[in-house]
Amino acid sequence: MELQTLTYLVVGASFALYIGIAIWSRAGSTKDFYVAGGGVHPVANGMATAADWMSAASFISMAGMIAFMGYGGSVFLMGWTGGFVILAMLLAPYLRKYGKFTVPEFIGDRFYSKAARAVAVVCLIICSVTYVIGQMKGIGVAFSRFLEVDYGTGLLVGMCIVFFYAVLGGMKGITYTQIAQYCVLIMAYTIPAIFISLNLTGNPFPQLGLGSTLTGTDTYLLDKLDQMVMELGFNQYTTEYRLSGLNMFAYTASLMIGTAGLPHVIIRFFTVPKVRDARSSAGWALLFIAILYTTAPAVAGMARLNLMQTIEPTPGEYLEYDKRPDWFRNWETTGLLAFEDKNGDGRIQYSADAATNEMVTVDNDIMVLANPEIAQLPNWVIALVAAGGLAAALSTAAGLLLAIASAISHDLLKGMIAPGISERAELRASRVAMAAAIVGAGYLGFNPPGFAAGTVALAFGLAASSIFPALMMGIFSKRTTKEGAIAGMVAGIGVTLFYVFQHKGIMFVASTAFLGDMPANWFLGIEPNAFGAVGAVVNFAVAMLVSRVTSAPPASVQELVEHIRVPAGASAAQDH
Amino acid sequence: MSRLTEAQALAYWRRNLALMFKLLLIWFVVSFGCGILLVDVLNQIQIGGYKLGFWFAQQGSIYVFVVLIFYYTRQMAKLDREFNVEED
Repeated sequence: MELQTLTYLVVGASFALYIGIAIWSRAGSTKDFYVAGGGVHPVANGMATAADWMSAASFISMAGMIAFMGYGGSVFLMGWTGGFVILAMLLAPYLRKYGKFTVPEFIGDRFYSKAARAVAVVCLIICSVTYVIGQMKGIGVAFSRFLEVDYGTGLLVGMCIVFFYAVLGGMKGITYTQIAQYCVLIMAYTIPAIFISLNLTGNPFPQLGLGSTLTGTDTYLLDKLDQMVMELGFNQYTTEYRLSGLNMFAYTASLMIGTAGLPHVIIRFFTVPKVRDARSSAGWALLFIAILYTTAPAVAGMARLNLMQTIEPTPGEYLEYDKRPDWFRNWETTGLLAFEDKNGDGRIQYSADAATNEMVTVDNDIMVLANPEIAQLPNWVIALVAAGGLAAALSTAAGLLLAIASAISHDLLKGMIAPGISERAELRASRVAMAAAIVGAGYLGFNPPGFAAGTVALAFGLAASSIFPALMMGIFSKRTTKEGAIAGMVAGIGVTLFYVFQHKGIMFVASTAFLGDMPANWFLGIEPNAFGAVGAVVNFAVAMLVSRVTSAPPASVQELVEHIRVPAGASAAQDH
Repeated sequence: MSRLTEAQALAYWRRNLALMFKLLLIWFVVSFGCGILLVDVLNQIQIGGYKLGFWFAQQGSIYVFVVLIFYYTRQMAKLDREFNVEED
């Protein structure tokens, strides 16, 4: 069957499934809307968390980044998985025991202050909005490429789908839809990887294939890859650092702490029935995530190898431009792949030297999407990859929008502006907030501010420097006072934003970057995206110092801390 | 639910912290340790086609993370039973 027809069929079927689930799981109460009634099984919640967590960045971009960074790309692999360990041990069980609906609500109660709650709402919205812009852009790009419509139409289709199931079902609809989306995206990721691993190494497990010998030879795949990239003048694939060891350390720490501090991930643990389930649910989530994350490095290495072997089938013998394969032509039309015949010989030379390299553009993002075509896999696999990419972007966008909507309707409206409103009114308000959040995010997707590309990594830095430290001190230190927590959050997110702005421009307007975007000016050589770890340290330090000089929290708050440290007595997410 | 005395609550919390520190130490060693700080040393060792440091950074650390969480869940369930603070 034609690839285009097949893609429509597969993508259409997956959408029909999501919408069917949304109608079946309609939210009837605020508890359904915010925490899916608090009755989601831990394995199911783990799967939904995995889909919520794995965005277009994980699905589409990550393997491409690793393919061109080699060992340096490990920061994303370790950073985006290691955070679940700290989430499971430091936050999830205690926040579940506390049993409320949102992250700012906990901060407001624990730090006995509406101001702290308001600061948390602001931090939450800053992190989530920076993150959701990236997702909306991913949705637009994915739809426009797969459905061959223009970017705006693609984005609009995506918004309508999310609107339908998120507004109708709230957390309940989102959770059950995300389970279906996980299944679609994990199949779409692993099936092509298995085929490619079999082709190259004869081993069906990509995780093992990456460490195996190439079919019919005694040469290890990674040795061959190292040799080929070095002949072209690149650094060795398996040992190339991302800038420096210290930078990789900070980047990994930033992503880990940020993962544990991202509100749309944390609220997932409010949906399980018990404290014990919150612990195991984090384990299941990470297991489901690990299936993709351990496959990604294999996809990366194999895609890079396949790409180079297509261009240079035998050493010194480059591919003639006129004989380039179909996928090469298709991606050229998108502008994400570009060739320039610098020496006029009609062949494609690929090298690390900018003066002679003729592959002038190879976008990271095409590696996963073009991979099945490069490896000449059947059309249905390519159609499945399209559905998988869309599932990844939609599921994350829905989770983020819910976090934003609940912060507005529950924390701002019910918590501060109109405490007396009825449940029905609050439910209606949360639906309106959700709809507004989708329209707002869609608007930013249509008119992406110049900085949209780099914002996903930045969202982690902001979450790491503001929300995570406040939550952790709230649980582990009875002595942390409201003044300490507020000062810590403001200082942490402030120093991180300041660092990013001075190198990337105020509000990302490049001309206002007063230190210029150059590594020479970086603090200890740490790149702006990796600065969240430093921001977190600042947050902890400021909060502890200020807490020391302000009067201790009242006895009732100290009792609250005692209460959340022990599992017994957790009622299913309290009504209030 | 039985209420813990102050001493019991303290003992429970200390045991929880001790377990947590032990597991977070492993978490740190496999990722930041083997995957970043010691990567050049470990890369001297090769297992199959993988240099060991590279393997920890791109595969091994992730497997260990998964095991750590499930081990923590199990040990905490035991601790909850011992102190009789599990949920019904």
